[in-house]
Amino acid sequence: MSTNNTSKEVETTGHVWDGDLREYSNPLPSWWLWTFYGTIVFSLIYWVLYPTWPIGNDFTKGIKTIEVKDEQGKVIYDGHWNTRALLLDEMRNSPAALRQKEGIEMVKNASYEQILASPEMMSFARSMAKGLFGDYCAACHGTGGQGVLPYFPNLADDDWLWGGKVENIQKAITSGLKGNMPGFPTIQGQALDDLALYVLSLSGEKVDAAAAERGKKGYAMCMGCHGADGKGNAMLGAPNLTDKVWTVANVPGAGSIEGMKQEITNVIHKGIKREMPAFGHRLKDYEIKMLTVYVHEMGGGK
Amino acid sequence: MKHESVEINSGLLIVLTLVAISIGGLVEIVPLFHIKDTVEEVKGVRPYTPLEQRGRDLYIREGCYACHSQMIRPFRDEMMRYGHYSLGAESKYDHPFQWGSKRTGPDLARVGGKYSDEWQTQHMVNPQALVPDSVMPPYPWLLSTELDYSDIEQRMIALKRTGVPYSLSEEEFRRNVEEYGEEMAKKLHIPNAKATLEEQAKSRNWDGDPSRVTEMDAMVAYLQMLGTLVDFSQYEEGYFAKFR
Ligand code: HEC
Ligand code: HEC
Ligand code: HEC
Repeated sequence: MSTNNTSKEVETTGHVWDGDLREYSNPLPSWWLWTFYGTIVFSLIYWVLYPTWPIGNDFTKGIKTIEVKDEQGKVIYDGHWNTRALLLDEMRNSPAALRQKEGIEMVKNASYEQILASPEMMSFARSMAKGLFGDYCAACHGTGGQGVLPYFPNLADDDWLWGGKVENIQKAITSGLKGNMPGFPTIQGQALDDLALYVLSLSGEKVDAAAAERGKKGYAMCMGCHGADGKGNAMLGAPNLTDKVWTVANVPGAGSIEGMKQEITNVIHKGIKREMPAFGHRLKDYEIKMLTVYVHEMGGGK
Repeated sequence: MKHESVEINSGLLIVLTLVAISIGGLVEIVPLFHIKDTVEEVKGVRPYTPLEQRGRDLYIREGCYACHSQMIRPFRDEMMRYGHYSLGAESKYDHPFQWGSKRTGPDLARVGGKYSDEWQTQHMVNPQALVPDSVMPPYPWLLSTELDYSDIEQRMIALKRTGVPYSLSEEEFRRNVEEYGEEMAKKLHIPNAKATLEEQAKSRNWDGDPSRVTEMDAMVAYLQMLGTLVDFSQYEEGYFAKFR
């Protein structure tokens, strides 16, 4: 540092190092100083109002209190101010919560017939259920409800394993589902091929008629669930085999009759075990109600 | 002591700086060891079973925390999406905890029971097969690799040292029976660890193949219990607000 740069106007601290090094003693800018004092005052006020200092096994709770009432006006929290209490309040009394509450009350107190008949309630249920479906259902059934063959069924077609009435759908969501078809490993060789071709013939696929006729005998084992006519049984979640809608066997994607047969023999041989988890404990009743009408509408429900 | 003598004496300056900083640190940390009033008392929180604990180890090995947090914050939007906000007590046996704040994927604090075991397995093997837009990488080797649990006892003993109540002695076992019931206490008993791990892995067919114990069994068992221990319907709504 050059010596002639030393300004004479500014005071120094008086310290001298190495004979000629001095340190300026510039005063702090006053805006800075006052902001600093301000923060000290702020913290003093904060300590008095809000939870802050630990003492022993406890902590100072502050003098600010908050009271939260539930929907019925009952006090559910009355004590020192804190973020969890604020959240309790926000869940009930924030403008967004109140706006939603209006719609929820409406849907809560209405029957399914009333909801389905009311455009206003439907549009509210649709908007809320869309988010719920995205959070809880889309991972399996896809955002649009189109499903994933062979794991998760399509909800957007009007073809139902367990029935498409609102009661069926509500039950599916609340208690979950167990799709269960036992495997038939003892059916083998020609008998298996024939049976598979018979199943394909039920939905009008052009298969070897003689083989299908032979396979009809084996179908006796399947009737208990799929019905004598192959129309299925919604009580057991057994699908209709006569429509061209497939939920496990990838018949449409198989390309050839041989490929289709392979898909069907696979199902017969290994059986099926699919599970939809129950949402009764995770979702509130009105949320299930809204999802029910949403899914019902999605599939053009019955 | 004059200011100048501190400034020109670097040894003293270092010592005094350390003292000043430690006071700040101690004031922040020490009270947390003593305050009982900020940790909620809730029923149901228990240590991980050997199988779940191995799943947790794999979760850390695979770096799932790089995209997933396990802490639902006390905000309305989070409550609406994920469920009840996480409690401190819920991660009291986590070493290390997986709270995090990086959310490329969703929070997993309450993912237990949300999907079926089959979904979890398929999703881990190939996320895009189920969620076409997903950016989650596939982890197919979890399904093909047999789980190594040869050192499960040592792992549990290490955790026991940090305060997780796994039992070694008969007395500790009886204490756990009282606390968690006979069935769970057996799973938390270190001498039983290998047997109970195998039993749990085969009991529910986690990865779809009960004949072998794979890494997927452990991972799915872990994911399926996340956030399921506390039954929130047992508590008054305002109960947890007292602890903050
Ligand atoms: C873990 C995957 C999974 C999740 C998540 C899931 N489902 Fe399902 N769902 C299934 C499976 C698997 C089936 C088929 C069950 C069977 O094979 O009988 C199914 C069947 C259904 C059915 C009956 C379909 C029919 O044809 O009768 C409905 C309705 C349904 N789900 C609605 C929902 C709704 C609404 C949600 C969100 C709250 C949801 N699912 C979440 C896996 C899932
Ligand atoms: C115990 C009842 C039961 C019996 C017996 C049974 N099934 Fe099934 N089957 C089901 C159920 C339930 C499903 C649907 C499973 C699901 O969705 O998870 C199913 C599905 C199928 C499918 C797939 C349909 C699709 O849409 O992809 C085929 C094919 C089928 N069964 C053929 C047969 C044949 C052939 C037999 C006789 C050998 C048979 N089933 C016997 C209950 C049964
Ligand atoms: C690159 C970031 C990334 C990594 C690493 C990652 N995930 Fe994911 N994960 C995601 C994204 C994005 C989603 C949401 C889309 C989906 O469901 O695939 C997701 C979804 C999930 C879900 C479903 C959550 C829900 O509520 O729908 C689970 C469970 C999950 N991941 C587990 C794991 C596990 C276990 C690991 C480690 C083996 C892991 N993830 C690693 C990004 C990641």
